Amino acid sequence: MEDAGKTMLRASVVSQEALAQDVFSMWIQAEEIAAKARPGQFLSVYTKDPTRLLPRPISICEIDRERGRLRMVYRTVGAGTREFSGYREGDEIRVLGPLGNGYDTDNTKKAFIIGGGIGIPPMLGLAENLQCEKEIVLGYRDVLFLKEEFEPYGTVTVATEDGSYGTHGNVLDAIREHGLDADVIYACGPAPMLRAVKAYAAQRQIECWISLEERMACGIGACLACVCKTGEMDEHSHVKNKRICKDGPVFNAREVEL
Amino acid sequence: MNTRVTIAGVEWKNPVTTCSGTFGSGMEYGEFVDLNRLGAVTTKGVASVPWEGNPTPRIAEVSGGMMNAVGLQNPGVDVYIRRDIPFLRQFDTNIIINVCGHSEEEYFDCVEKLADQPVDMLEINISCPNVKAGGLSFGQDPKGVERITAGIKKRAKRPVIMKLTPNVTDITSIAKAAEAGGADAVSLINTLTAMKIDVHRRCFALANHTGGLSGPAVKPIAVRMVYQAAHAVRIPVIGMGGIMNAEDAIEFMMAGATAVAVGTANFSNPAVITEIIDGMEQFMRDNHVEDIRELIGCV
Repeated sequence: MEDAGKTMLRASVVSQEALAQDVFSMWIQAEEIAAKARPGQFLSVYTKDPTRLLPRPISICEIDRERGRLRMVYRTVGAGTREFSGYREGDEIRVLGPLGNGYDTDNTKKAFIIGGGIGIPPMLGLAENLQCEKEIVLGYRDVLFLKEEFEPYGTVTVATEDGSYGTHGNVLDAIREHGLDADVIYACGPAPMLRAVKAYAAQRQIECWISLEERMACGIGACLACVCKTGEMDEHSHVKNKRICKDGPVFNAREVEL
Repeated sequence: MNTRVTIAGVEWKNPVTTCSGTFGSGMEYGEFVDLNRLGAVTTKGVASVPWEGNPTPRIAEVSGGMMNAVGLQNPGVDVYIRRDIPFLRQFDTNIIINVCGHSEEEYFDCVEKLADQPVDMLEINISCPNVKAGGLSFGQDPKGVERITAGIKKRAKRPVIMKLTPNVTDITSIAKAAEAGGADAVSLINTLTAMKIDVHRRCFALANHTGGLSGPAVKPIAVRMVYQAAHAVRIPVIGMGGIMNAEDAIEFMMAGATAVAVGTANFSNPAVITEIIDGMEQFMRDNHVEDIRELIGCV
């Protein structure tokens, strides 16, 4: 897909709200990035603490082009993301984006939209932008978040690991339990879920697009920290590695080894 | 006001380059900085053949620094000759190709392939923790350093910078060995071997277990070593290790560096390197420094 260019800017926080234990939703005002962003892309978010040098890669949850805003729904996993969760309306936040390739939303086939855990947020922006019929399957450990926001875009089926809501188990257990079906898969979530989804797609011989994550440093394709294994030699690296931040984070499941 | 420096007969418009491995070949960072403004671009390390690098995670953040164990993934020198060098030739900046290898033969092979290429200098990485020879990193043994430097000098047609490791007892003996082998300059420091453990998951933060520490956490060590090396040899020293801003760069020059390199800071701000160049010029104006060379080793 065409790279529309990246912008680094100081965005201002529009709102911050806790959605669940350790899961936060933050809207930021960032016109230049919002104008170019696509579902499935991500932002590098920089902390204000000079002892934390690396940006945090955070997926774009929703894009509000009209108002020039972006939404990030993220989990606090360490001091950097905890700092972000303390920002309030009007605070400044340094971001670089949009980064990565994003999803191709030119699809008319019935689609599975599968999200697991903190892989759920980017699927909301995708659900909003895909015009096809959608079968949405969300997997949680225990506490639900964003579920109602998916409901306008398709039927939503839920699985929880602890069985507190919906199917007791994972997203594939939910698909089997309800006999769900679709012709193309879009998925984001933890590696074990993506491995299972990739295997499911291969077995059913359906097209499958997955979004990967990895520890990153530069976020723009220069440092080669965030690579994934590929089946074939990659054109850029000349080895069987692709850069998740630049060539991804969205890959055809067939081309990557998980 | 003069910001030009000369290293081994190569004139730089300013004494600022990139640390190998933090800037690719400039293609990605060219979106954020005007590469024409750099004294030189130092490429990511390249070997005679493609290298896969290490498994992930390859990166971990620590307070004031980061660790990497990328493992010198590179597409091989033939791709550099076809793609990266022609890309960099479009810009008015010096091109420094960083060379790595598993064995002396691999270094020599790569240097021979680069001999007639339109580049300005070669930087030889003899300081990666993954590169072993007889149980020692090439760069940790003075005899090994002198021998490999001499072998490379015999084959190279461009000035040779030997990049030194800080993981040694006495940096001056290593710098002197490079000089004795015929090096035109030395650059230091490469990263410090380090380890991080995730106590919640009871595992290593890096798949490689150990990695190279960089960033402001290492800067005082780097300044000390640059000072020691600059006083031990006559050839120019290129200083690096945790430079985040113009004052850090000036500090390295005052310690004795003729030029400096910016690495980890590129990750914190992709436009940092031109901000550092601007900041150094501002420092000169503020302090009435007519010629940047006045600052070299002035303490």
